[in-house]
Amino acid sequence: MSILVAVLTLGALGALFGAGLAFASRKLAVHNTDLRLEKIMGLLPGANCGACGAAGCFGFAEAVLKGELSPDACRAGDESVKREIAAILGKKLDKSLKRTVVLHCRGGAKVAERYIYSGLKDCRAAVALLGGPKECPYGCIGLGTCVTVCPFSAISMGKDGLPCVDKNKCRACGKCVSVCPKHLFSLRTQEQKVFVACRSLDTAAVKRGYCQSACIACRRCEKTCKYGAIKVENNLAVIDCAKCISCMECVEVCPVKAIAVL
Amino acid sequence: MNAGHFLAIFISSIFVSNVILSRFLGLCSFIAISKETRPALAMSSAVFFVIVMSSAITWVVYNYLLIPFDLAYLRTISFILVIASCVQLVEMVVRKFMPALYRMFGIYLPLITVNCAVLGVAVLNTDMFFSKGKPLPGSFIFSIFQGVCVGIGYTLAMLLMSAIRERLEYSRVPEAVREFPIAFVTASLMSLSFMGFNGFRF
Repeated sequence: MSILVAVLTLGALGALFGAGLAFASRKLAVHNTDLRLEKIMGLLPGANCGACGAAGCFGFAEAVLKGELSPDACRAGDESVKREIAAILGKKLDKSLKRTVVLHCRGGAKVAERYIYSGLKDCRAAVALLGGPKECPYGCIGLGTCVTVCPFSAISMGKDGLPCVDKNKCRACGKCVSVCPKHLFSLRTQEQKVFVACRSLDTAAVKRGYCQSACIACRRCEKTCKYGAIKVENNLAVIDCAKCISCMECVEVCPVKAIAVL
Repeated sequence: MNAGHFLAIFISSIFVSNVILSRFLGLCSFIAISKETRPALAMSSAVFFVIVMSSAITWVVYNYLLIPFDLAYLRTISFILVIASCVQLVEMVVRKFMPALYRMFGIYLPLITVNCAVLGVAVLNTDMFFSKGKPLPGSFIFSIFQGVCVGIGYTLAMLLMSAIRERLEYSRVPEAVREFPIAFVTASLMSLSFMGFNGFRF
């Protein structure tokens, strides 16, 4: 008798919860049975770098299927990957521009240190201590956090205390851009050859005190540029990528070599 | 039922017998989803919801079904049934409304079912607030309140752990103890400090 009660009680409980869940699953059903999703996932690099703007590779695959993103938006994949994805979708791919990151600093080991830092070998940790050990409050600390986060081993630490980007390996995922506590990296197309290798907003006299490679805001580049692509704002030259045609005239005229070539 | 009881439950389930750091329940999700703060918070809220729901439902099941039919020995299996249903519900909701989070949780979301923290609270409620097969006065409220407080305790432990592990990312941990081993060392150190709330006995 008692075993019957036990079986009936548990059975009733199970049936009750089962019915509730069946109802809920009808209400909360998710429809995605698109086989192309799995195919695209198989092609993607799987680095989940997020450079495309979607939440990881799966988010990208979904967005591509919905037509929200172009297959071209994937920064980490090779050209062949993008072409295959476009083929799955039955689309044709426009010619895309290869992008890379550049470092906006030429200080490195030449810039003196304000104090002896002996903490964790990580730029983010160093910045938490009075903004880092370097005299230049805007420049590279050189502890190489960008080297550790790069999923493609494209960044290595140079002898000059600055990270060196291998533009052939760089897939422009932007991990170093977001991890650098001094925000010294920026993404650009490889056609865009020149960039200002300084981010310091101090006045020229102060900058000269700690760094020989800093932009001293002399405005020679601004005057030389025929296309109006360079402006000096807040003691720093800024290049407008839309106007610049990489004629290299500003590079030659810069007295401190603060405008660098990719 | 007075304010003192609530305060005692509050303090004891958050600090003195913190579900993770003193009772050592629910360690699986604690170690797995505590690498970053955001997913840790999301996991905590899922567990919180399941604990509160299940402590209410298990009280009803225990009081109106298991005790009258003299089936207290079916406690574990029927509680697991309740918890599994709650988890299924949470899983459906997360999958529908937060697909990115759903993929981040992976296997750990259905594993809340066997998260012993959830079953632990349900069993603890029936042990603490029932006496000789009779519910103590106010035991339903106490059960739910204990569920809420254990949920807060779980969230606290998850937040502390994820904050520490986020900082740990900065340091170059030796290869052999990277990721999980160092997390276990950290967890045991945290647990030692929570043991301090119990006081010392010589």
